[in-house]
Amino acid sequence: MIEAVGLTKRYGAKTAVYNLSFQVRPGAVTGFLGPNGAGKSTTMRMVLGLDRPTEGRVTIGGLPYRQLPNAPRQVGALLDAKAVHGGRTARNHLLSLAQLAGIPARRVDEVLGVVGLHDVAKRRSGGFSLGMGQRLGIAAALLGDPQVLLFDEPVNGLDPEGILWVRNLMKQLAAEGRTVFVSSHLMSEMALTADHLIVIGRGQLMADMSVQDFIAHNSASFARVRTPETEPQQREKLSAALSEAGGQVMPEQDGALRVTGLALPRISDLAHEADVRLWELSPHQASLEEAYMRMTQGAVDYRSTEDQKAGLMQPQPPGYAPPQPQIPDVPQQGWYAPPPPAPGENPYATAPPATPPADAAHTDQIKPEDSR
Amino acid sequence: MTTPYQQPGAAMGAYTSPIPVRAAHLGDALASEWTKIRSVRSTMWTLGVMILLMLVVGLGIAALVAAADANGEMGNEPVLGLGVFGALIGCICVITLGSLTVTSEFGTGMIRTTLTACPSRSRVLTAKSLVFFGLAFVTTLVTTAFVALCQVAILDGREPATEEWLLSTVGSSLFIALLGLASLGMGAVIRHSAGTITVMLGIMLMPLVAGFFMLGSAALSDVSEFLLGYSIPAQLIGVYGEAAGSGPAGWASVLVMLGVAGVSLGSAFVVINRRDV
Repeated sequence: MIEAVGLTKRYGAKTAVYNLSFQVRPGAVTGFLGPNGAGKSTTMRMVLGLDRPTEGRVTIGGLPYRQLPNAPRQVGALLDAKAVHGGRTARNHLLSLAQLAGIPARRVDEVLGVVGLHDVAKRRSGGFSLGMGQRLGIAAALLGDPQVLLFDEPVNGLDPEGILWVRNLMKQLAAEGRTVFVSSHLMSEMALTADHLIVIGRGQLMADMSVQDFIAHNSASFARVRTPETEPQQREKLSAALSEAGGQVMPEQDGALRVTGLALPRISDLAHEADVRLWELSPHQASLEEAYMRMTQGAVDYRSTEDQKAGLMQPQPPGYAPPQPQIPDVPQQGWYAPPPPAPGENPYATAPPATPPADAAHTDQIKPEDSR
Repeated sequence: MTTPYQQPGAAMGAYTSPIPVRAAHLGDALASEWTKIRSVRSTMWTLGVMILLMLVVGLGIAALVAAADANGEMGNEPVLGLGVFGALIGCICVITLGSLTVTSEFGTGMIRTTLTACPSRSRVLTAKSLVFFGLAFVTTLVTTAFVALCQVAILDGREPATEEWLLSTVGSSLFIALLGLASLGMGAVIRHSAGTITVMLGIMLMPLVAGFFMLGSAALSDVSEFLLGYSIPAQLIGVYGEAAGSGPAGWASVLVMLGVAGVSLGSAFVVINRRDV
């Protein structure tokens, strides 16, 4: 079992992890989630005694990592797939680690088989793809047949077959009674793999609960209502009626309405009373991904802004947004600054088709002349 | 699942590995470091280049001396002193290998994997130092001994004394290997390959250069004499018998280098146990 109490790590003025307390129990896959820069890797390094916490402590089975007897036989870790000397062959890399930990050399060939790198064991790891590097890192973690396993972003760079394999491996390891602690920023992956979630944002604990609880707590269900696009006034009318009845109505980008606080039959009744036809009335449960985004949106460090092409592009009309599942939550619309009004902008122009990146520069050069 | 608990920490989880657990010790770390150092190309390259250059330079100089003097006689000059040119080149290769042994782990991030497999950082650094020192010492010893034998065979000079034989083989090899150890320690402090090699080459060559530039100034003559006498090339020449000015010679030079390596490694041990990796 991994236990962190009041774990804090500061690098100069920047606090990477602040007052983090959690437990990772055996027999389950515990997902460790957070946006980039949230402090996941720092926490993992502190668990392994590589970084010293500024405050607080983290123990494995009651002892700090560096005081564990036979530490590599109790804890295995994949921190970084590229943390190998590229000039060394896969087998020699694992052999040196096995020797260091006092593990018999034949175990090396076993784990090479487990991760499927038997055929490339004699090749230098510098030529490995990211996926092969991940497999080598997983092999190193499994070397000591440990009870506690830590994986930092294990599916990065793996192909779909590899992702499935890692998913099953994690579950199998947990089913054997081991403690499995997996970090990821891919919520969708964790939804399929993890039993329990620890979510951090900006170095602080945001959630520590089972996957089911996480969804139930963080995703609100809503109804999507669509009125005939040909008659905008109907939409206004319905909006007013629903708001009056106590519902919260938020417009979506494609013209539909997102309604919370009212049951579906009630919405239907209200629409009927207001004499508004409906093209769509559908129940929606936010996915784990959405729940995660909703929870961490305030804690994202590296947030992209829209590539506005310096206002040179024609505006995209409503309805251009990608289809349903990608529609962001309404509160997230505030994420992006609205594009500044461009001179010569033609609001009635149709959107240009999505241009591939290679053509973007070309398009930029042509656009100003077009609008003149 | 009915396997009895074998480990002191077994209470932490339900899983117990069927592979028997035994405590790792320094011997395991030595085996691991040996695997590491023999399985990268940089070891082969640096040592190979060193052996080649020492042979070419050592034998070439002996041949030149023999050609310049028809009788191949060096009079009263010690023949073994010619080995110093090859040894100077050996220094540079050993500095490179010593730095790379430790900085390549930091540069690639391998150090995290290593220290996860062995949380005792002192044990890792000790094993690294011992393996590197052994390899560098044995390689230079074999090469210097071979070159010395060839030079004595090619040239007719005064028969070298036992002390001279020891100094020009064991002494110079110890000096070179200790210099490599100093750069290994420096590498653990600086943690960057190019930086470490630059610093070590600077330490090796700058005092000599600075000393020469100060020669003209009377006020700086003491400083100049110290720099010239204690610069690493001057000390290496001292190992082969001729002290440069007030600098150490013979085994004293080896002792000075032992001190330098000790300070460098000592700071490496302090730093590696304190820092985050």
